[in-house]
Amino acid sequence: MSERKIIDARGTYCPGPLMELIAGIKQIEVGDELEVLSTDEGSANDIPEWVNKVGHELVGTTQEGDVWHVVVRKAK
Amino acid sequence: MSKVSIIITSGSREKLQFAAMMASVAAVSAYEVTVFLSMNAMPYFANTHEGGAPTEGELGRLMEEKNVPDFMELFEQAVELGDAKIYPCSMAMDVMGIHKDDVKPFLAEPLGLTKFMSMAEGGQCWSF
Repeated sequence: MSERKIIDARGTYCPGPLMELIAGIKQIEVGDELEVLSTDEGSANDIPEWVNKVGHELVGTTQEGDVWHVVVRKAK
Repeated sequence: MSKVSIIITSGSREKLQFAAMMASVAAVSAYEVTVFLSMNAMPYFANTHEGGAPTEGELGRLMEEKNVPDFMELFEQAVELGDAKIYPCSMAMDVMGIHKDDVKPFLAEPLGLTKFMSMAEGGQCWSF
């Protein structure tokens, strides 16, 4: 059973949310998911780019008010 | 692996910030990152340094007011999360009269310009 953890990076700016995501990915198992909360729109757009580049999986991006939720699955 | 080499000689907040952003993001994005610190960038990496870097303009001032990641933490993350190598310039250290034990522990061994140029050959090179 895969797990999903939340990384609350609200209030910080690029590349803070990305770096917090990467620190989190190192600590989870392949198949587990991380949900990054970000109020920085640039980071919400940039995280999927990083996910594609390094070969993880983007589960989805949603926006609720001024908070973006970016869900990433560790693929390797 | 593609190479990104970054030379930092400025002591301004904005340039240190952007260099740190580039080093950290490149390092965690499958680039082999080499950073070379010299001139007015070098004193910030001495253990005795305290306080932030002076701003050049409006963006730097705005960054001071907002929760922007600290540039020194970004450099450290570049090393810890992305295996970047950050080399202090041996000339700058000589001029400052400091040794390898006097700089931040996440820095690599002091390096000369000739060696850095060999390491940077064939990759992207950025200067700040």
